[in-house]
Amino acid sequence: MFDLATAAVEGALAAGATYADARSMLRRDEAIDVLNARVQRVDRSESAGVGVRALIGSSWGFYAVADLDHASARDAGAMAAAIAKASAEVPGTPMPLADVPVTEDTYVTPHVEPPFDVPLSEKVDMLIGVTETMLEVEGIALARGSLQFWESDTWFVSSQGHRIHQKIIESGGGFDATAIAESETQRRSYPQSFGQFETGGYEVIRRWDFPGNAYRIAVEASQLLTAADCPSLETSLILESSQLALQIHESVGHAIELDRILGWEAAFAGTSHLELSKLGSHRYGSGLMNITADATIPGALGTFGYDDEGTPAQRVSMVDEGIWVGVLSGRDSAAVAGVAPGGMVRGDSYARLPMVRMTNVGLLAGDSSLEEIIAETSRGIYMATNRSWSIDDKRLNFQFGCEIAWEVENGKLGRMLKNPTYTGITPVFWGGLDMLAGGDEWVHWGTPNCGKGQPMQVAHTGHSAAPGRFSNVRVGVLG
Amino acid sequence: MIDPHAIADRVVEMIGDRAEAEVVVGAGVSALTRFADSFIHQNVGNAYQDVSLRVAVDGRVASGAVDRSDDEGLMNLVDNTLEVAGLMPVDDQWPGLASPAPAAEVEHWDDVTASASPEERAAVVKAFVDAGQGYEAAGYCETAAGATAFANTLGQRLSGRSTRATVDGIHRTATSAGSAHQTGPGLAALDGAAAGKLAADRARRGMDAYDIKPGEYEVVLGPEAVATMAIFLAFYGFNAKQVLEGQSFVDLGAQQFDGALSIWDDPLAEGGLGIPFDTEGTPRVPLDLIRDGVTMGITHDRRTAARLGGESTGHAFPGSALYGPIAASLVIDAGDDPVEHLIADVDRGIYVATFNYCRVLDPKSQVVTGLTRNGTFMIENGRMTGAVTNMRFTQSFVEAFGPGRVLGVADDLRFADCEFGAGMVQAPTMRLAGFNFTGGADG
Repeated sequence: MFDLATAAVEGALAAGATYADARSMLRRDEAIDVLNARVQRVDRSESAGVGVRALIGSSWGFYAVADLDHASARDAGAMAAAIAKASAEVPGTPMPLADVPVTEDTYVTPHVEPPFDVPLSEKVDMLIGVTETMLEVEGIALARGSLQFWESDTWFVSSQGHRIHQKIIESGGGFDATAIAESETQRRSYPQSFGQFETGGYEVIRRWDFPGNAYRIAVEASQLLTAADCPSLETSLILESSQLALQIHESVGHAIELDRILGWEAAFAGTSHLELSKLGSHRYGSGLMNITADATIPGALGTFGYDDEGTPAQRVSMVDEGIWVGVLSGRDSAAVAGVAPGGMVRGDSYARLPMVRMTNVGLLAGDSSLEEIIAETSRGIYMATNRSWSIDDKRLNFQFGCEIAWEVENGKLGRMLKNPTYTGITPVFWGGLDMLAGGDEWVHWGTPNCGKGQPMQVAHTGHSAAPGRFSNVRVGVLG
Repeated sequence: MIDPHAIADRVVEMIGDRAEAEVVVGAGVSALTRFADSFIHQNVGNAYQDVSLRVAVDGRVASGAVDRSDDEGLMNLVDNTLEVAGLMPVDDQWPGLASPAPAAEVEHWDDVTASASPEERAAVVKAFVDAGQGYEAAGYCETAAGATAFANTLGQRLSGRSTRATVDGIHRTATSAGSAHQTGPGLAALDGAAAGKLAADRARRGMDAYDIKPGEYEVVLGPEAVATMAIFLAFYGFNAKQVLEGQSFVDLGAQQFDGALSIWDDPLAEGGLGIPFDTEGTPRVPLDLIRDGVTMGITHDRRTAARLGGESTGHAFPGSALYGPIAASLVIDAGDDPVEHLIADVDRGIYVATFNYCRVLDPKSQVVTGLTRNGTFMIENGRMTGAVTNMRFTQSFVEAFGPGRVLGVADDLRFADCEFGAGMVQAPTMRLAGFNFTGGADG
């Protein structure tokens, strides 16, 4: 497969590219979905092909083919160069590339149980059992469970001499219970909305103990139907760690993407409220806010050996004690902005142009605990597990809905609340972070569905978080 | 390029009498020229081929897919999928395969678009950028051409092909942005200069925007905003799986909407997009969802149809096992009035060009939150008087279209971009009695 990528690069160079790289890939995935003890879908798919990008002047040209022969790969390289040349009709300034080490290496995701070696019947039986347990709870109309696994082999070659083989293994899944009344539906999910995903093998699934949590989750979904609505007020908001992880993803992770800041995503994903001139001085949040982009965290979903430009995985500070200090970047965007390349460029398949993506963008742990946070809150609301999310194109105005909440009064959890929502403005919200848990409450959550780019690409990203408290947040926003 | 029908037939032949099986083979070329900061920065193309197989072995169902078309790859797909099916429990809701039936002889195909060069896409981009006269432009021009073949072991064989071309972009100033969108089956019909002019005009008029108080306002919604509302209704409401699961607002036969609202799905319409059958081999035909405000129908695949005692409406797609059958060739009935007349009738309200980042808070009530983007203007005494800053809304889409709430429908029906993508909805501008804005985007 190195030969295929090499042929593609040679084709691009012969056609006039000043730089070219290519990825030949083999990927297989398995998806299992169960609804109410019935299998909805069992799907095993494979894909294979080569994608090559060629740089000429101010533009990348990219072409991908599913054929695995040298002639097709070389032709794809020539096509990529031809496409890049056509961009000269609407030119910009020549696109520079930041230097990175030229590497020959192999990386394999550390794992214990290869997920494709675990019998399908074991996986299906586990999910059926989980949904049966949830259906034992009165009021539960829909009980779903799902598992998904990916194994991706990539052979990366660049015209500068990179030769890197990576095998990335990702495993994840989850389940949810939905209770339905005449005019409303209430859902609880585990481990989080859309499930939990990590790099690693089937040990990930075993560790989260789906069967042991199914009944509790279903009971909570049922109880939500008779819970009181979340009141509308401004109060202290305590977020469970998976909701805080999504808050990080949406209001920090996307905002610090350098391609957005440079305007390269302006028409679709959007831009950012951040201005490069304020890098190193802009206050993003309180002193408890320390954010890193760390592609080296063992087991986290955004962990790899090298990004899709051959840049080694690294740990980069993004927010240091509340001050914005870093951006997510690739070789081109870093060179344009004059910063060090961060190794954060990935494509979601061989057929897509790699672009700036989050790795593991997470909040470093604090020194408190959820128990302490609740004990030190005289009045507030504790919200858990995302239900909806919406944020503007500058990543400034957000509104999140959660599946469940509880009142907090005089240091204790009170009654359950349904339909909890909160809204805020990014730097104001993060400025209110005044307590943060850590220890074993710090979790490397995985987001398997981050959309960006045209054509659309779906990235798998990681977000470490622990429960945290935010002051003076507007909650209970409804139409 | 491969011959999709030959590949589909080959897979059915490999299956033999070992299972019930259906095969969908797609092949084509898609290309997208992307620009930002007024230059082309990402320019991509992709020659694709996909072979999808679903089998049922004595009611045990499994599916698989590959992007190879050689015999070894196809044989692996067949063997692996059969093996997986053998490990599954019996699916007592397996609806069986589609019987042989002809599909409409409709082809939304344009040779020029199918062979479009990167230079031709760049020319559309250049026209869009130049129309901004110095504003910063960003967006894309896309051409796509694909052929699809279906075959199953009952003998159903169908094929179709389609093309699509889109130009979509914004012009922006330091404080504002305006958008424009055109989609159709042919590249030649795209007018990059006109799109660029509209986007630049919205950007220019959007400067010096001011904040207004949150609250309920009368609105005039551009086709993009209306299209997003329509696709949300289709996905979360007029979807038989949502109905079966008790999560839909749909009440068949009831006057749930304003009498001025009619929405149907029509993949066969002249100038439309797509192919005349679904991924289960069911021929597609026009389907009324709302007629004069009355809820008329829901979309089915074979599974939901069997469970509810009807016929598939031809709305299966690769994700329908999970998400249900979705209408994606929506048409909203246009009115007779030009947009200016709708605006002229508004004493005080807001014009919204597009919505952004819309998410359902509750599927049953269709309460959705999202933001305005790329063109939000104040209307006073029948005129657009200035720009307002982007706003967040939290609003039930069902209630917004409810009886007495649609005050006008314009004559500007066209393919409009929506939250789920381009080419799925043809929508006009509409005037609605109220929309609940819950905050400004900048705080």
